[in-house]
Amino acid sequence: MSPLVFLVVAALTVVAALTVVLHRNPVHSALGLVATMCLLAVLFLGLDAQLIGFLQVIVYAGAIVVLFLFVIMLLNLEREPRGLGPSVVVGAATTGAAGLAVLIVRGLTGGAPPADTTVEADFGGVAAVAERLFTAYLLPFELTSLLLLVAVVGAVAIAKRRPS
Amino acid sequence: MTGTTPLSWYLVLSALLFAIGTVGVLVRRNLIVIFMAIELLLNAVNLTFVAFARARGAVDGQVIVFFVITVAAAEAAVGLAIILALFRLRGTTNADEVATLRW
Amino acid sequence: MLVDAAIASAEAVFVILLMLQVMSLGLFFERKASALMQDRIGANRAAIFGFAGLGLVNTLVADPIKFLLKEDVRLAGADRTLHALAPLVSLVPALAAFAVIPFGDVLVVGGRTIDLQAAHLDVGILYVLAMAALGVYGVVLGGWASNSRWSLLGGVRGSAQMISYEIAMGLALVGVVMTYNTLDLQEIARQQGRLLWGWLPAWGVLYQPLGFLVFFAAGIAESKRIPFDLPEGESELIAGYFTEYSGAKHLMFMMTDFVEVVLVAAMITTLFFGGWQVPWLARDGFHFPWGTVLALPGLLVTVLQVTAFMVKTIFFTYLQVAIRFTLPRFRYDQLMRLGWQGLLPLALLNVGASALVLLLVERAA
Repeated sequence: MSPLVFLVVAALTVVAALTVVLHRNPVHSALGLVATMCLLAVLFLGLDAQLIGFLQVIVYAGAIVVLFLFVIMLLNLEREPRGLGPSVVVGAATTGAAGLAVLIVRGLTGGAPPADTTVEADFGGVAAVAERLFTAYLLPFELTSLLLLVAVVGAVAIAKRRPS
Repeated sequence: MTGTTPLSWYLVLSALLFAIGTVGVLVRRNLIVIFMAIELLLNAVNLTFVAFARARGAVDGQVIVFFVITVAAAEAAVGLAIILALFRLRGTTNADEVATLRW
Repeated sequence: MLVDAAIASAEAVFVILLMLQVMSLGLFFERKASALMQDRIGANRAAIFGFAGLGLVNTLVADPIKFLLKEDVRLAGADRTLHALAPLVSLVPALAAFAVIPFGDVLVVGGRTIDLQAAHLDVGILYVLAMAALGVYGVVLGGWASNSRWSLLGGVRGSAQMISYEIAMGLALVGVVMTYNTLDLQEIARQQGRLLWGWLPAWGVLYQPLGFLVFFAAGIAESKRIPFDLPEGESELIAGYFTEYSGAKHLMFMMTDFVEVVLVAAMITTLFFGGWQVPWLARDGFHFPWGTVLALPGLLVTVLQVTAFMVKTIFFTYLQVAIRFTLPRFRYDQLMRLGWQGLLPLALLNVGASALVLLLVERAA
């Protein structure tokens, strides 16, 4: 992905992420989250991760955030007068997060940069990911399906109206 | 400009998104927006994994992202169910007003 | 490189314009064919200098002009940005999904072989599912942003219906992917050119009959057409999630309806009915099973194939219009029960049965 395209997409992603965190209307925050997911999917496609990119749109943007929107609409949440906590907390959190970001970048880019690997044409395609998924990562795969079952049963059990 | 973007640019973006998510979790009072900021954290990590997978030429990074997306879906379902139940009990989604377990 | 970019853009523009025309044709079917089915004449009043063109002038000229010139109502207490955004979020993914539909085999012009598919994605089916998933937001936002209880009810019902039937749709497609071993729509269309037992074209519906029925039903539910149009409930919710829309935005929502009809028809054609395949037509001419070979110039073959695709798509569009005016509307709980307790188990059964059959066939071979 050419650096110019990356910079444009990255700038938009940061703006969308800031909308999620700073906007006072929860519905607008949710829409910012959708925009972030879709822009990240574009970045994934640029990184030769076709399956993951489209899964990101289908699962994350297409299902999870819809669930968020449902809950916001069900609870009829209004625009908040002031969404953030006390200013001291905001200041401390922002400084702390900035420090965290610097630490992360130093930690991740500390070692020698990896050589510019060329990958085969179907890298990140369905066949390649599935081959890894069903051989080396079979146990986590089966456990994840169990986890989803538990989550479905749990969510229904928790959110059910108790007949009182 | 042509050519490929260096790996470190992706990592900087990912760290930036992680920082924004952290600020969201610490600073917002609405439980649902806090939850959305948590999803932002997970996405930042996904970006790191995919970037490294491409840089190392190993698909394993993408398989891990597959699992992260699945677990995030499960977590979102259960978390939102809890928020719904909490709202029915307390009538609010403000984190300050449901702080009874705090010392 | 510039030529490649030009070809790609030309393909994209061509696909969008083509599908908009088929959508307009669908609109015309809707008014005239429904009129014939209901033993009345249908729209035929608008005319240019006395030429009413069987209602074509009314549907294709008068209606759009009417919609575009209507006053755009601004709502009190409604979220202005979301209200304006919802029709776009509904229409653009539906149109964008056509990028991966192959409408022909190849076009050989000036030494260049152009694949007649706007975007050659290895994961075409996932792309279509992604666009269907994004279309839910148009309904959700349209219902919420209108600040009216009819709209909100229609919006919530509509999005719940859409995400329920997305599951059945995806699972029906799993059977297709298993049969053809690929997610690329052009590849799937090409593989349906094989001949079974030397004479029967191996169209998808022969391999996946249950998958076809489940996908058809789920597709109609996804585009919220009758019999699944409760979110739009014309006699109950006024117009459901697009009650408070008028003028161009209303036109965009209606366009989404028809574009999705054409999308479902195009997907069914590509996956289950051979796409652009004409029986026994290869790139160099007809190869009839009884031995005759009729050689044809490449351009004529391409034209025949594109025509075949258009004919099949228009047929399935017409079928959906006919279903609309035949079946009564489902009640909401019936609708949800059909999705979760009817189509989902059927689709799962289809996946299991397909896997079993494929395993046995592979063992035997």
